Amino acid sequence: MSTVSYPMADTATMLRRNLRHALRYPGLSLGALGMPVVMILLFGLVFGDTFSAGLGGANGGFDYIDFLTPGILLMSIASGTMSPAVAACMDMTEGIVARFRTMAIFRPAVLTGHVLGNVILTIVSLALVVGFALLIGFRPNASFGDWLLASGLLIALTVALTWFAIALGLTSKTPEGASNVVLPISLLLPFLSNTFIPLESMPSGIRWFAEYQPFTPIIDTLRHLLLGTPMDNGDGWVSLAWCLAIAVVGYFWSQKNYNKGTVA
Amino acid sequence: MSSLAIDVRGLRKSYGDKLVLDGIDLNVAEGTIFSLLGPNGAGKTTAVQILSTLIAADAGEIRVAGHDLHQNPEEVRAAIGVTGQFSAVDGLLTGRENLIMMADLHHVGRQVGRRRADELLEQFDLVEAGQKMAMTYSGGMKRRLDLAMTLVGSPRIIFLDEPTTGLDPRSRHNMWLLIRQLVADGVTVLLTTQYLDEADQLADQIAVLDHGRLVAQGTPEQLKRLVPGGHIRLRFTAPEEFALAAQVLPSAAQNEESLVLQVPSDGSVHTLRSLLARIDDASLEVDELTVHTPDLDDVFFAVTGQPTHDTTDEKVTSK
Ligand SMILES: Nc1ncnc2c1ncn2[C@@H]1O[C@H](COP(=O)(O)OP(=O)(O)OP(=O)(O)O)[C@@H](O)[C@H]1O
Ligand SMILES: [Mg+2]
Repeated sequence: MSTVSYPMADTATMLRRNLRHALRYPGLSLGALGMPVVMILLFGLVFGDTFSAGLGGANGGFDYIDFLTPGILLMSIASGTMSPAVAACMDMTEGIVARFRTMAIFRPAVLTGHVLGNVILTIVSLALVVGFALLIGFRPNASFGDWLLASGLLIALTVALTWFAIALGLTSKTPEGASNVVLPISLLLPFLSNTFIPLESMPSGIRWFAEYQPFTPIIDTLRHLLLGTPMDNGDGWVSLAWCLAIAVVGYFWSQKNYNKGTVA
Repeated sequence: MSSLAIDVRGLRKSYGDKLVLDGIDLNVAEGTIFSLLGPNGAGKTTAVQILSTLIAADAGEIRVAGHDLHQNPEEVRAAIGVTGQFSAVDGLLTGRENLIMMADLHHVGRQVGRRRADELLEQFDLVEAGQKMAMTYSGGMKRRLDLAMTLVGSPRIIFLDEPTTGLDPRSRHNMWLLIRQLVADGVTVLLTTQYLDEADQLADQIAVLDHGRLVAQGTPEQLKRLVPGGHIRLRFTAPEEFALAAQVLPSAAQNEESLVLQVPSDGSVHTLRSLLARIDDASLEVDELTVHTPDLDDVFFAVTGQPTHDTTDEKVTSK
């Protein structure tokens, strides 16, 4: 083999391409940035008191905004997976990716570019949510190390979910279809979790789902890191295992979809 | 004898039940232009997509640039450049950004990449458009940008799928010049086209593809010899004139009912001029003169016994 592969350089080129797209066609990205901010303001300010009263202190004696913020952070990550899934699917319908596939470039670069672009966008989105949460009364009680661990966990989840969403998006022939197939990730997971109310106050069917889906242990871990709430011993590891599993499945599945029908 | 840039044996591909390529053999010598000629749906694009590693073949031995395509697709990709039938530019990037992106993917370095991009913008008459998003380009501009992007990496083997379809006559002519220039520099070109005249103008070798099978292969001269078609058609109004002309032009095929003579001709100005001279010398009154050059349709008729489509267009040069 005389062809040298340039994984870093090619991925950086693809990342530049995607960031340019985000700037040229900001609708999708602005939507992804704005939605979680609206959620934190809506639930933090408008519905917060009602929810809190209904729970009658079941949220562990914390302000509702403290209880809410970790879940909204995950919601930002989840809703942010829509745009890379649609963008990757749209890419496949266009000639430019056919061109990339006939070139000697690092194969995973095209999709990795989408993932990295989305990680950057999601970090901005998370920072905005934390900023607005602080404005309306979020008072975390965390050391620098806790923040670091929390950030690491959030980024790991972003990487994992984005790969998975892209794999789902690539199963669809049209961009519209792609936005539908990722709905379970971007809507179901955040809403059917302990984002808004604790598990104990959920009807049993939904509670069962919420208990065993990945978001709940991750939210518990984040609450523990940021607020010092108690959590099950294994939750941190369960969270990491979920991220790793979702990332691995998402990565290989999306590569498989990307290379479908071509000479590998 | 130079070595083969593309060597294909027994290439087969089906989509479901539909057999698209039915055991194709192709040999393209280095530094030559090879044209795959065929009507809509013949399998031209499919063949190009397979040879350029975009889709996998069902069967067949394929070597491109000396590398086995199944074993070493990356080596093949490093040697080729592809301009597909459909636009492969990034519409949300400007023309210049598209070219720089290609340069980055060829790892030529920032300075060299920018210089190469600007040279190509100049060469393809896209300097002004270079700062605009490619999705705002006209079809012809996109086509030129597309080809410019293919050339960024200076590939040794270039695949062009219908490179001139949709181009105006001037751009089409420029494209021909450019393809000739590439080959003069030692590049091998495989192009597909629906036009015999284009293949005739450019190609060293032509293969005629029909329903996934190669029905004829050879130099443009060899192919045209398969075609009986080239002739000059003379129509008369008066039967006496027709009879006189038939005497003056004994080689012509006669149709007494319609008062038409068909004089065999290769379509060159020289034979046309000498025919006109003979008409003048005999003071013949010709009502209408048309030149018929063999086209894809004639070649098809000759090699398959079937026309490609049912329109027969004739080139009327004088009346
Ligand atoms: N992805 C596909 N799925 C199913 N059938 C296909 C596919 N791609 C091509 N075909 C079929 O294969 C045949 C050959 O198509 P191809 O695009 O190679 O023709 P072509 O010679 O390039 O035609 P054109 O001049 O119209 O570009 C057609 O009958 C087409 O319907
Ligand atoms: Mg085609």
